[in-house]
Amino acid sequence: MSKVLDDRKYSDSHEWVKVDGDVATIGISDYAQHALGNIVYVDMPETGDEVNQGDDFGAVESVKAASDLISPVSGEVIEVNEELVDKPELINEDAFGNWIIKVKLSDPSELDKLMDADSYKKLCEA
Amino acid sequence: MEENLIKTCLHDRHVKQGAQMSPFGGFDMPIQYTGITEEHNAVRQNVGVFDVSHMGEVRISGPDAYKYVSHIFVNDVTDAPDGQIFYGMMCYENGGTVDDLLVYKVNDEEYFLVINASNIAKDVDWIKKNAEGYNVKIENQSDYYGEVAVQGPKAEETIEKVLDLRVKDIPFYNFKVFQVGDEEIIVSRTGYTGEDGFEIYGSHNYIQSVWDRLMEAGVQPCGLGCRDTLRFEVGLPLYGDELSAEISPIEASLSMFVKLDKPEFIGKEALEKQKTEGVSRRIVGLELDGNAIPRHGYPVEVDGKQIGEITTGYRSISTGKSVAMAMLDKPYDKLGTKVEVRIRKKTFPATVVKKRFYDKNYKK
Repeated sequence: MSKVLDDRKYSDSHEWVKVDGDVATIGISDYAQHALGNIVYVDMPETGDEVNQGDDFGAVESVKAASDLISPVSGEVIEVNEELVDKPELINEDAFGNWIIKVKLSDPSELDKLMDADSYKKLCEA
Repeated sequence: MEENLIKTCLHDRHVKQGAQMSPFGGFDMPIQYTGITEEHNAVRQNVGVFDVSHMGEVRISGPDAYKYVSHIFVNDVTDAPDGQIFYGMMCYENGGTVDDLLVYKVNDEEYFLVINASNIAKDVDWIKKNAEGYNVKIENQSDYYGEVAVQGPKAEETIEKVLDLRVKDIPFYNFKVFQVGDEEIIVSRTGYTGEDGFEIYGSHNYIQSVWDRLMEAGVQPCGLGCRDTLRFEVGLPLYGDELSAEISPIEASLSMFVKLDKPEFIGKEALEKQKTEGVSRRIVGLELDGNAIPRHGYPVEVDGKQIGEITTGYRSISTGKSVAMAMLDKPYDKLGTKVEVRIRKKTFPATVVKKRFYDKNYKK
């Protein structure tokens, strides 16, 4: 039902990561945006903050509830998507196009612990 | 776990219509149909219908009904005309709240109580336990009644047209009993949204037919998600958030419903003391700077020290502001006090304001 793209990896907490060189772009999956409903706020870290694989770095909030964002990788935040400050609903419109943060990877081997699109599809269908 | 959840008489319809279902007060209830924002706005601007069949109904009748209701209820039903409704609480001896409820006065010897779903068993026990020595009959009719709430500026028009019930002449916080076929149904001008609206009680069959006719007429079905955002915006409490066994009506800033001039009722002594001597904490409104969203349980701080916590918080759908109700220690409850709300790793400045974030539009 929900869309899963083949060009990126996924965490079991429904974040996606797309890697270009040593930069990881991170967002939440279509499945996650659908489960959350209308997104009204995205709590994001600041440029320069360190994130660690498995730790929360912010939250995506619907009217009803806050859902923690769990970082799928470790490294330094080099960019946050400022567009989401005023338009958090962009994630509902296109969860794969509207990324949340970009991280300079400190340990690329961590990517091996993430799921590929096929495994993630199975998780969503389970 | 899910198997133990109770299903209302409209449950099949919710599932068939694609509502997002979630446990609430022991029931499997619709949280939203098309989206909380859309449903919220339908009620503020037009009309929406809620399944509130999870609410409990208790009928108290007999020669001592007036005396007994006066004994367990903090509001005063004395000399009320038949057909009037009162909002108020039942309290413990120590002033803590058993539940908040509506009391429908049928006549001096019969009252109809509407209680919260999550409290039905506890309330019925409480009501039975305290009735010793009173000549009353106590009937828990929660399984018999289904209930829908039709809310919004077009509620009256919709009910008149779609359900063919003459409700125009029912005043605010009054009810009327209609004979429909061989059953009596109850319609009151009440609700939990801050808008004009009605609540309809009847057999499961009748409530199912009401739902079907409203759906056919294109009325927006609404879930409990927007029921909470709507009640919150107009400062109405939810048992479990702003009221509980640990929170008295005085602490909840609801003392206007506690009638201390009544000769007696359970909890009177404790509540009188709280009112005259003051309480150490109180529910207030908070408005945050910026757009982070305060949620139930988040700490409220002054100079790094916790002085209270959020009881309910949202980005208000009607005003767009980040606002909350919070239980704050005195003297930080004063209007205009600057506090900080801890949201995950950061704190956000907020100001104490009145706990009404949107004006009610009742038809009185």
